[in-house]
Amino acid sequence: MINKTVANVEEACKGVSSDMMFMFGGFGLSGIPENAIGYLSKQDIYGLTCVSNNAGVDDFGLGLLLQRKQIKKMISSYVGENAEFERQMLSGELEVELIPQGTLAERCRAAQAGFPAFYTPAGYGTEVAEGKEVREFNGKMHILEYAFDADFGFVKAWKGDTAGNLIFKGTARNFNPNICGAAKITVAEVEELVPAGELDPNQIHIPGIFVQRIFQGALYEKRIEQRTVRPRT
Amino acid sequence: MALDKNGIAKRIAKEVKDGYYVNLGIGIPTLVANYVRNDISVEFQSENGVLGMGPFPFEGEEDPDVINAGKQTITTLPGASFFDSAMSFSMIRGKHVHLTILGAMEVAENGDIANWKIPGKMVKGMGGAMDLVASAENIIVAMMHTNKRGESKLLERCSLPITGVGCVKKVVTNLAVLDITSDGFVLRERAPGVSVEEIAQATAGKLHIPEDVPEMDI
Repeated sequence: MINKTVANVEEACKGVSSDMMFMFGGFGLSGIPENAIGYLSKQDIYGLTCVSNNAGVDDFGLGLLLQRKQIKKMISSYVGENAEFERQMLSGELEVELIPQGTLAERCRAAQAGFPAFYTPAGYGTEVAEGKEVREFNGKMHILEYAFDADFGFVKAWKGDTAGNLIFKGTARNFNPNICGAAKITVAEVEELVPAGELDPNQIHIPGIFVQRIFQGALYEKRIEQRTVRPRT
Repeated sequence: MALDKNGIAKRIAKEVKDGYYVNLGIGIPTLVANYVRNDISVEFQSENGVLGMGPFPFEGEEDPDVINAGKQTITTLPGASFFDSAMSFSMIRGKHVHLTILGAMEVAENGDIANWKIPGKMVKGMGGAMDLVASAENIIVAMMHTNKRGESKLLERCSLPITGVGCVKKVVTNLAVLDITSDGFVLRERAPGVSVEEIAQATAGKLHIPEDVPEMDI
């Protein structure tokens, strides 16, 4: 067994510096690497390019890095929930590349899987396609999209073991598995870290080969963005 | 009388057929789930990674790890599954999802749709909408016929940045059901009590009016 365990978030984030490109798992605030984001928001690193489906809310998630103006460029598919984000974007302080959600996921997966690029129909004929190579397959138009090339990928899983194997829970899975192994270094934080051998190999979602560092996360807030319920009848 | 949002959802629910996997967008489309007949088998997909979505949870049973694409807490039904984002869009791009229902700011008579950006004002992003409209073969747009200023949202050409090219085949509004064909918008049904003239007046794009335009049966 190759041990991927590190003691804490500080050790897990060793090597991060200004002007790097980071990828973050999570959809809205669900399944975001809360510990890594909290730590990064307290470091003096700036000029970051961040890949994340969303940009957090003003006081949580990547909103914390936005508040301190640590992010130079965001690559996301939907950024509707964050007023500070919108302000920085409309004023031109923050560079934003909005891309289709499936394209974002696939650019992660392509990097993980060793594909330099791929064709997708998503965005053909729209602003997203501007300047991109276009090609017709089976009578349908597609555009060429490239794999991401990031320095760090930060993901959050439900359970993990010391070998770096990961299991996700519910829709907190989202982009996390696609980011594992997509960057030069993948940092996984887990709600429950167990010794190798305790997780059933049949149940592993992401094999440890895609993870360089794993640590036991702490104090998960797991904030709910839209609490919707139905009455008991 | 023009329909309200629930009325639009109720009419669209009739387009949902037995055995369909359906993706519902945020807003009016989400309401469609409430009106699907319960004697047919349908599974709702949410692109953040769940198939077999159920109703909202009872108070106290919300799980932050189980949400839909609108970030709302949800439940799952027997037979449900969770998956990652790449697989979710494999279902969409790979045409495994049978029906996509989404909202729009504008629809054009050639089937173009705009629903992600108002330059200089609102830029929320496209989310999964561009993947959905580029791939789905069966797309229904659910929206109000006119915007808050009373201007038509059914246009000759979209004025806002588009989400997809020539992809919309059917539009259900508070006033009408329309198909989009090579003739432009074709008026198929009127909302109860709404006249053909009212619909024509609220439609800026080319509108073909067949001889018989029945009232919606909802």
